[in-house]
Amino acid sequence: MFSSKWIPASVAGVAILFYAQLAQAQESGMDKAINETIAPISNVIAGAIFYSVSIGDIEFPLIVGWLVLAATIFTLYFGFVQFRMFGHAIALVKGDYSNPDDAGEVSHFQALTTALSGTVGLGNIAGVAVAISIGGPGATFWMILAGLLGMASKFTECTLGVKYRNEYPDGRVSGGPMYYLTKGLSEQGKPGLGRILAIVFSICCIGGAVGGGNMFQANQAFQQIVNVTGGEQSFIANSGWLFGLIMAAIVGMVIIGGIKSIAKVTEKIVPFMAVIYMVSGLIIIGMNIEHVGDAFYRIFDGAFTGAGVAGGTVGALIQGFKRAAFSNEAGIGSAAIAHSAVRTKEPITEGYVALLEPFIDTVVICTMTAVVITISGQLQTDLTGVELTSAAYATAFTWFPLVLAVAVVLFAFSTMLSWSYYGLKAWTYLVGEGKGKEMIFKGFFCLCVILGASMNLGPVIDFSDAMIFAMALPNVIGLYFLMPVVKREANQYWQKIDRGEIRKVKDIEAESARAR
Amino acid sequence: MSEHPILVGFDGTDAAHRAVKFAGIRAEAEGCPIHIAYILEWSPYSFLSAQELEERHQRRSEELVRAESTLNPALEILKNKNIKVTYEVRYGHSGELMCKIAKEQQATQIIIGRKGGSALGARLLGSLALTLVQAAPLPVTVVP
Repeated sequence: MFSSKWIPASVAGVAILFYAQLAQAQESGMDKAINETIAPISNVIAGAIFYSVSIGDIEFPLIVGWLVLAATIFTLYFGFVQFRMFGHAIALVKGDYSNPDDAGEVSHFQALTTALSGTVGLGNIAGVAVAISIGGPGATFWMILAGLLGMASKFTECTLGVKYRNEYPDGRVSGGPMYYLTKGLSEQGKPGLGRILAIVFSICCIGGAVGGGNMFQANQAFQQIVNVTGGEQSFIANSGWLFGLIMAAIVGMVIIGGIKSIAKVTEKIVPFMAVIYMVSGLIIIGMNIEHVGDAFYRIFDGAFTGAGVAGGTVGALIQGFKRAAFSNEAGIGSAAIAHSAVRTKEPITEGYVALLEPFIDTVVICTMTAVVITISGQLQTDLTGVELTSAAYATAFTWFPLVLAVAVVLFAFSTMLSWSYYGLKAWTYLVGEGKGKEMIFKGFFCLCVILGASMNLGPVIDFSDAMIFAMALPNVIGLYFLMPVVKREANQYWQKIDRGEIRKVKDIEAESARAR
Repeated sequence: MSEHPILVGFDGTDAAHRAVKFAGIRAEAEGCPIHIAYILEWSPYSFLSAQELEERHQRRSEELVRAESTLNPALEILKNKNIKVTYEVRYGHSGELMCKIAKEQQATQIIIGRKGGSALGARLLGSLALTLVQAAPLPVTVVP
């Protein structure tokens, strides 16, 4: 997932070693100038967003608490919707309820996979490794718990994303937190508050898109390429700008040139990479089947005793919660933008589908990484981040680091494409639509790719990570106001199901066949 | 005279026009109607980018309009014959959908065109003709 998500950890003073190594980049004059200009502002904002309280030896960023608290409230308010509706969500994704006349429109499956491609990435690989190298195997337990809770947040925001989307006369559909914050809150007689929240959200979303969704991705992809080509001795170790230029050219071809084929190829390869990653993980687990019981014992034992971890149980819990919150973006609001284009008359259906997202991302993929690392025995080494994951997989497949490098670059690329879209939507919400205005954003976005790959922009990255998590502030406040709307949507939907107005397609077809 | 139509698969190619012409002759001889199905290949499980999601509804409307205009020459072929002609444009998997439409329309037979090309090519790429010959619940005529 989304690599930037674990860098906030470094802001909190957690992954500094790993980060320093990754960002051993080129200190140039310009680099320094940018850092010095941005650092004071960045430090204030990042410091505020990632304001941490000390629990034992561990710093706990309050924003993580904000997200986990919201997820818990939504879970209780909607009566554990993530468990009750899991089966219904699968039926919706399979298309059991999709009207055949809507073939050719955006399906639930397509909305889900597009949203997933924006979140599954380096975070699932590297972020988990950071979490369990600090929090121990026990962090996995808390990560799963927070992932399960996060499903309720996704459910809430994506239902609202569809309900309050804009449908333009030319047929385009556009939605996301900026629309439900304005429209939803003005329905409740708070247009001013809604407008302010939407504007704050949009500004943060643009910051997050060019930072965490772009510069950080470029930076990480480049570092990974350097690592597999020989580390500091690599022939491209000092050519970040060249890598950035190539990456920017490719991104530009897709988002400015509209060359769909490149995006198409990536989108074909990315799921393939994800499958290789999952299958390799399962094979490793299978090869070490005798250690699996022990791994799960250590996960549960670590979760409640905090054995061998700095900070004990609390330390493990914080790492797990942090990883889950940073990795599945539940409560951040980004996914609501991607989910809102689905073709459905019932907004709540997309909410049900969206709750699968944190499940796939955190409960399945992140957990797999954690289990593989735990049983590989590599946790006893000093490695962390993507190198730890790489080493864990290499215990079974020596060629795996190379595959992982390709996967990292592709994940970074697809995350960039997703965030370029999220950022653009926020930008056009603020300044209005228009070819010229859109071009300004797209051009700036490409420029940021080069900057991200070629420089050691610690403060800039801290700033943009802070912006991504700042999105959660206006978004979650809005969600608290709007959660009764979601409940009403759910009630009227189930009444329709009970009355037989909404039925599975195959039931309707079977009936009409009998009638004939 | 029969109420049950001949189902013709259409995709705008020359081969499809040959199939329409051939079906016209058959329908005239049997005195039955013709139903033309134009299927736009589509899977609800394909991957779309966020931008494509946004524009999907708009594109679909455009594609349907374009498909209708592509159908015009084919309808022209049948115009001067004394046959009842209906048509529909649908999204989906061409093989499955042809069989489904045949059932819905209670068609007596299916007529489709074949682009030609080598047998090997058809085997590798998988053609509608092969699928239908294998799977269709009613007679299939393939017009070369």
